[in-house]
Amino acid sequence: MTTDTLAPPRASIGPVAWLRKNLFSSVVSSLMTVLMTGLLLAVVIGIGQWALSEARWDVVTRNLRLFLIGQYPANQAWRIWLSLLILSGLSGLSAGVFGRTTRSLAVALSAFQAILAGLTAVSSVGPLIVVGFVVNAALVWVGMVAGLRRLVPRRALTIAWFMSIPVTFLLVSGFAGTPLPAVGSNLWGGLLLTVLLAAIGIILSFPLGVLLALGRRSALPAMRILSTAYIELIRGVPLVTILFMADIMLPFFLPGEIRIDRVMRAMGGITLFSAAYVAENVRGGLQAIPTGQIEAAQALGLSTARTNIHIVLPQALRAVIPANVGLFISLLKDTTLVTIIGLMELLGIGRAILAQPESLGAHLEVYVFVGAVFFVLCYAMSQASYRLESALGVGTR
Amino acid sequence: MTQAGHPEHQHVAPPPWRDVRVLRVAVQMVVLLAVAIGIAYLINNLTTAMGERGLSFGYGFLDRRAGFEIGESPIPYSATDTYGQAFIVGLLNTLFVSAVGIVLATVLGVLVGVARLSPNWLLSKVAAGYVEVIRNTPLLVQLFVIYFAVLLQLPAVRDAIALPGSIFLNQRGLFVPGPQLGTTFGTWLVILGAGLAIAIAARAVAARREAAGRPSHRFGLLGALAFIGFAVGGWILVGEPPLTFDLPVPGRFNFSGGLALSTSFTALLAGLVIYTAAFIAEVVRGGIQAVRRGQLEAARALGLSEGDTLRLVVFPQALRVIVPPLTSQYLNLAKNSSLAIAVGYPDLFKVGTTMANQTGQPVPVIVLVMGTYLAISLATSLLMNLYNRRVQVLER
Repeated sequence: MTTDTLAPPRASIGPVAWLRKNLFSSVVSSLMTVLMTGLLLAVVIGIGQWALSEARWDVVTRNLRLFLIGQYPANQAWRIWLSLLILSGLSGLSAGVFGRTTRSLAVALSAFQAILAGLTAVSSVGPLIVVGFVVNAALVWVGMVAGLRRLVPRRALTIAWFMSIPVTFLLVSGFAGTPLPAVGSNLWGGLLLTVLLAAIGIILSFPLGVLLALGRRSALPAMRILSTAYIELIRGVPLVTILFMADIMLPFFLPGEIRIDRVMRAMGGITLFSAAYVAENVRGGLQAIPTGQIEAAQALGLSTARTNIHIVLPQALRAVIPANVGLFISLLKDTTLVTIIGLMELLGIGRAILAQPESLGAHLEVYVFVGAVFFVLCYAMSQASYRLESALGVGTR
Repeated sequence: MTQAGHPEHQHVAPPPWRDVRVLRVAVQMVVLLAVAIGIAYLINNLTTAMGERGLSFGYGFLDRRAGFEIGESPIPYSATDTYGQAFIVGLLNTLFVSAVGIVLATVLGVLVGVARLSPNWLLSKVAAGYVEVIRNTPLLVQLFVIYFAVLLQLPAVRDAIALPGSIFLNQRGLFVPGPQLGTTFGTWLVILGAGLAIAIAARAVAARREAAGRPSHRFGLLGALAFIGFAVGGWILVGEPPLTFDLPVPGRFNFSGGLALSTSFTALLAGLVIYTAAFIAEVVRGGIQAVRRGQLEAARALGLSEGDTLRLVVFPQALRVIVPPLTSQYLNLAKNSSLAIAVGYPDLFKVGTTMANQTGQPVPVIVLVMGTYLAISLATSLLMNLYNRRVQVLER
């Protein structure tokens, strides 16, 4: 006698069902789950044990000042604080005014400064610096509130951002004979130099890259060939060789009376290098503009320059913003290569610190710290670029 | 088309400074002239500067005695050889580490990329964590961690870590079984070639039958079996084994036998593979996700097995999306191999800087080095473009 009773339905909701579906759906999957759990446990326990009991974190805390600004003179450090305050304030305002896309960046900046405040609190650099970072972290939020209240118009903020770049640069470098005495770039170092190299590199390379991209798509063969040759030449060689060229060979190519210091030479090399990559990004944006728009502009009697400035570039540049954020991230990581030509950016100063007798052998501590700083910066930017992508609707428009 | 007949449509030639045809030529002339003047200025400065140092631009030094040792070399090299030979050694080292790196990074990258799409939640999260951590930290920092904090801290030769398969790891580097070619290797290779020819012919027959709409499975399988049969049969027939593995044996002070990979090489290779694999994983994931869901559903509706769906539907379409970005990852790996200088592996760039220092001729040397990297990049993209053309869809 058979009864057609169905077995009770398996749970399809709840934690057990979730486990069954996502971790133990098949034999292979279960095996993988066990394997990965073991791996994760081993890694977490290993790292945790090292970080909490074995690691000599005093190497980092003792040298925090070097990591942050290198050998920048202590009595001039207020100039960097002022630059940082400008950055924090503008980021906060932008987060309020421009909305969600820049907000994650501002929050990341604030969090990063809060972390630094915590780090300095346990180090020996002094309470004033802790206060400095706390003020900066707070200023981001103050700015955000002010921005949300619409206390600052959009246009003024954009202009302020553009102004902030030369202002910051002048603040940091200074001028001989003024209340701001010159601080030679050989004294710039640590995170300060890393950020300056990347920021100046991307800002200067952007106009050059746009010109190269337009040149590569130009109807004039001479422009096209020159631009293409430049782009392919630069993209075909490693950045180290270009930095080496800028460092060793540039003095050969310039007349004897012109001397450019090492940091500026490296900045020049980075700019020439990233211009080729910016150009390829922008070219992608240019190709996305339908030919019909260009033909319509020509039919209206616009010249080539006007077509580019009013029709093509505004749309193309908007479309390549996320790609350029990606480029900025890789540029930020690539600034570590200046260590090879002997500059003291974040990684270079780490190597110098490892040469101190009391820091001997603390490789892992120093490199993990440097890597963590890069991770926080790059991860925040990559998350912001994802949001930017969806906010701008690239690819869905 | 002259319209001289109609006075009201009389063609008035624009003045030359408003004539587009004239302007186009003029603008190009000006740009070319400016570039030429700029280059001439730089070269003039260069020759002046080199003249002051008593140098002249040339490659005569390539025939001179190098006088420096190179730590590792695939070809015999000693300090008495020429700069030209030293340069070749650097080039071969770069090519070697790049080629091995590309193969290993592809394998690891595909595994991680597929793992990210796994229905297993934990596996996909671990893969995602790997990708995020590696992609958001600089390669140079990773290289320093691997070299200074891991490999150089390994136990001494005496206490080498033994891994399965006669692989040993210690401060001096990685010791793996080294392939040794026997005297019968050539004969075996010929037999192997014959097997391969048969397998290819069988595939061609299978493809033709498939095109004609007849069943074809057997031929492909028979070809593969023939190849395996030839390989195994040949191995037994030639008598003495054509290929043996020389196992590393721990000695008093160092390992003897086997293939010794230096710490520098191991660090560089590991760094390049781990870093590039994270990027390749993202490329692979993007490619697989680009295959439309409908394609999968259609394959299931047709009753294709899970393996056939992947092999016949997903991969051929994903490959089309994957190959172009994969090419640029390969190029990045080859270019990043120049970071060898940071861990002391004598690659093209490191040998180049040594040559530049010793000869006092940095300009010709760096031009040569950059030209060589450019040639490697162009050759790689050419090869990958040929492959890309094969996997792209043939549109009518």
